[in-house]
Amino acid sequence: MMLQIRNLYASVGGKEILRGLDLDIRAGEVHAIMGPNGSGKSTLAQVLAGRDTYDVTGEVLYEGKNLLAMSPEQRAVEGVFLAFQYPVEIPGVGNLYFLRTALNMVRKQRGLEELDAMDFLVLAKERMKLVEMDQSFMSRSVNTGFSGGETKRNEILQMAVLEPKLAILDETDSGLDIDALQIVARGVNALLNKERSLLVITHYQRLLNYIVPDHVHVMVNGRIVRSGDKHMALELEKNGYMDFEQDTSGGTVIPIGEMS
Amino acid sequence: MSVVQKEIHELTSREYQYGFVTDFETDVAPRGLNEDVIRLISSKKNEPQWLLDWRLRAYRYLLTMEEPNWQNAHYGPIDYQDIIYYAAPKPKTAGPKSLDEVDPEIVAMFNKLGISLGEQERLSGIAVDAIVDSVSVGTTFKKKLAEVGVIFCSFSEAVQDYPNLVKKYLGSVVPYTDNYFATLNSAVFTDGSFCFIPKGVRCPMELSTYFRINQADTGQFERTLIIAEDHAYVSYLEGCTAPMRDKNQLHAAVVELVALSSAQIKYSTVQNWYPGDKDGKGGIYNFVTKRGICAGANSKISWTQVETGSAITWKYPSVILKGDNSVGEFYSVALTNNRQQADTGTKMIHIGKNTRSTILSKGISAGHGQNTYRGLVKITKSATGARNHTQCDSLLIGSQCGAHTFPYIQVWNPTAQVEHEASTSKIGEDQLFYCRQRGIPVEDAASMIVNGFCREVFKELPMEFAVEAQKLLSVSLEGCIG
Repeated sequence: MMLQIRNLYASVGGKEILRGLDLDIRAGEVHAIMGPNGSGKSTLAQVLAGRDTYDVTGEVLYEGKNLLAMSPEQRAVEGVFLAFQYPVEIPGVGNLYFLRTALNMVRKQRGLEELDAMDFLVLAKERMKLVEMDQSFMSRSVNTGFSGGETKRNEILQMAVLEPKLAILDETDSGLDIDALQIVARGVNALLNKERSLLVITHYQRLLNYIVPDHVHVMVNGRIVRSGDKHMALELEKNGYMDFEQDTSGGTVIPIGEMS
Repeated sequence: MSVVQKEIHELTSREYQYGFVTDFETDVAPRGLNEDVIRLISSKKNEPQWLLDWRLRAYRYLLTMEEPNWQNAHYGPIDYQDIIYYAAPKPKTAGPKSLDEVDPEIVAMFNKLGISLGEQERLSGIAVDAIVDSVSVGTTFKKKLAEVGVIFCSFSEAVQDYPNLVKKYLGSVVPYTDNYFATLNSAVFTDGSFCFIPKGVRCPMELSTYFRINQADTGQFERTLIIAEDHAYVSYLEGCTAPMRDKNQLHAAVVELVALSSAQIKYSTVQNWYPGDKDGKGGIYNFVTKRGICAGANSKISWTQVETGSAITWKYPSVILKGDNSVGEFYSVALTNNRQQADTGTKMIHIGKNTRSTILSKGISAGHGQNTYRGLVKITKSATGARNHTQCDSLLIGSQCGAHTFPYIQVWNPTAQVEHEASTSKIGEDQLFYCRQRGIPVEDAASMIVNGFCREVFKELPMEFAVEAQKLLSVSLEGCIG
């Protein structure tokens, strides 16, 4: 089992966001989590990556190890990767340098030698083709002055270079036009294999036309309320999350089509 | 305290690594400041009468002055009578000084600081003038430089060997009446570096002075004078360290640069004086006057400074742009951690036509550090077509520190273009988390973010210095992230 989540609770400032979430992901599986705004999707991604702003209880086993006890950097070098919804700018730090530093941290953990600048450049150039990225990206500062689409492609490039075991894509499709979406999806698909698991968090079914999930989960109010196969995503697109929301909280009902 | 806060805290509390004291015999003047001490310094250095007279004029002028207190820094009164104004390592042998005769203890001390005084061992091709307390203990590569006509020696030697040059330029940029600390320096300065690049010569190697305060209770008052004649070029580096002591020590230096027509002087400083302990006890008061004059047309003076040390840093490396089309530049990184205070910036005085200046200041505050940028851009009536661009960026680490900006802009010519940009940002949890999620530990991440912030300034430094500056910045920040 790649990831086993049991009874996961997370709150921030006393406000509960995740409320007893369970999820199993096996190696090589693609899972999609869908849900309305505020359902806790992004919180789940952040908690799995180790953000310390949340109070967390419950159990998360990653390859049988206690994930919650690990620091964010430890999770990263163990192979957990989060493609951020809003990648941050780091002015003055070159993209290439940043990525090589990150890769060498992972390589160290895997008992491999550090890559020098030249060897790394060869690798980076090859992986950049996956997301059709121009070489000029490399000399720019991390995400600084990038367009929305460029930051997302940069996230997938990082994934391609770091070769994680478990990749979490947090709303990677948001802010992408259809062309960019296809490029990103092609990049991700090229990275899928039997060992690598993928957790795709999205608001829209659109992305799942290109990255086809094995399992789809609906998340509402901090819990997974229904799981199914890829067809469920289409159903959701048609009917919205309304039924589920009424089921669980009786809170505000927003048809999916109107959400942004 | 969140994990990140805790780590910031640890990162900012790492210790100063040059704080050792070396034991060698020292010849010291009695404590206190009076005409006798000045006469003693002058006679120790076998100075000509005119120089003694100049010192005494400065001293008498000092008596009429009041210590300034307008800077954005706070410290107790300095007892000028409790300072030792002259301390010199005692030479083991009498007679002319050659590098081979430098006390092995001193050579070992410089080796420990990473500065080699053996010419053969130096692969980097940088000529070094090493100054301990009040005197220069040796200058490397003098012969090689002399072959192209470059004079590089201690100030004391210059007074003996090139009195006319010294007399012509000493005080020509920073007169002895300039300000309290410059006046004090003029009265009691003990040594420093002298550098003269004749017409048309491009100095074949980087020149550098390394300052070391070793003796307790001494002040270091050095004087550096660099002259680049027409079409000459020189790149000059300055580094400094001091032992860890409980008492504050005063460093009041004066640096004067003179660039004649089409000459270029690039002056880089990596200042790492002992900053005091984490509670603000001890440390160097670095009150320095640095000024250059672009005396000739098309000349250029560029100051680059990385200020990481000192309890208090108070300095404004400035450029008087007198020659038409001359260029002044100021690139600065100032870091204050723990209880350090820095009030630093520059003055660009535009006099010549079409003169241009660039100011790029990066202030980093961590711990309880207070960082102030203070800069004057003055466009005088005659400076038709003058241009200035100023950018001041501040980065805050943690919530106990402060960043302040005091720009002064005086424009007396309507054709001038003056731009001022400023920004303040906080090293973000988001940035740190992003790096950590990519496997980069929090200390490395913080250091990466800070170095990125300073990149535009570091790229102005000579290669070797840039690497040192980056390392220094990481060390200075240790214990501050979290």
